[in-house]
Amino acid sequence: MNSFPIIRIVSKLLIPYILLFALYVQFHGDFGPGGGFQAGVILASALILYGLVFGLPAAQSVAPPWLIEKLIALGVLVYAGTGVATMALGSNFLDYDALEHHFLTDVTWGSQTLHVLPSGQHLGIFLVEVGVGITVTSVMLMIFYCFAGRNQSSE
Amino acid sequence: MIYIDIIILTLLAVTAVTVARIRDLWAAVMFTGIYSFIGASWMLLLDAPDVAFTEAAVGAGISTVLMLGTLALTNKAEKPSTSVPVVPFLVVLGTGAALVYGTLDMPHFGDPEAPVHQHPNPSFVERSQPDMHGLPNVVTAVLASYRGYDTLGETAVIFTAGIGVLIILRRDKRTAPDEHSSDEVVT
Repeated sequence: MNSFPIIRIVSKLLIPYILLFALYVQFHGDFGPGGGFQAGVILASALILYGLVFGLPAAQSVAPPWLIEKLIALGVLVYAGTGVATMALGSNFLDYDALEHHFLTDVTWGSQTLHVLPSGQHLGIFLVEVGVGITVTSVMLMIFYCFAGRNQSSE
Repeated sequence: MIYIDIIILTLLAVTAVTVARIRDLWAAVMFTGIYSFIGASWMLLLDAPDVAFTEAAVGAGISTVLMLGTLALTNKAEKPSTSVPVVPFLVVLGTGAALVYGTLDMPHFGDPEAPVHQHPNPSFVERSQPDMHGLPNVVTAVLASYRGYDTLGETAVIFTAGIGVLIILRRDKRTAPDEHSSDEVVT
């Protein structure tokens, strides 16, 4: 589809905003609608759009399959690792209250209090959603690579 | 407001019938994408933006691409069937009637007396603010914290699905000769 100028230009314009929106949905999911699953799917669809328009090799040079393969497992590991970390801190599995810390959580800046780093429950939810996001993105992308790669080899 | 509901539900029904009746598979794939997009709009009307997000991205986006990828490996048109499928039609009709009969006992939409609004919703809405130190999104709090173990299981399901697809479909340089010979056995 690289030969259609309208498709090429429009996707070039859209892809950065899709990526940005995915990051917004990921990291603003604690406050608004969204979260790891939605963000992962949106991020993967941006890369799949890139692969559809500019060809599979172009997409695979941005997100190489050997890396994506390892990220599939890394996401689950981040999620379960958060649980193991709370256990190591002497609490139940995935009980984020154990992640309570007081480093840069409440910084007084003039008259208002800034929450620079998330703490406790918020930090746990943040880490867990990052794990979900990584796994969902890489699984969706890997499935696309498998299907698209099969088409090329059969042609 | 009720007019939008009626328009969207009518469009959903029309698209579903079109998908079932159309013979051109490429057009059918496009219509499933349209169906998902209308479904996402419907979820948004029901105040479920999280589900609408997912439906728009997965249903209208990724699954359409995957269906097109599958279509590239098969024929573009469905085989015309010669027999009139009477028995499957009766089975579908019976199942549909049973499902509609099942919904008659359900509480009305938005009924405050419905069990789902009695328990455990009020307690989570009230508890999540002090529990989460002011995290405003109750949905995220329930998914990632109160039900964190379930979500770990869901992530593991996605992981397993990805690994399964990888095992079946991957064409590696090292395994390529093996796969070629197994293809010959199948054909």
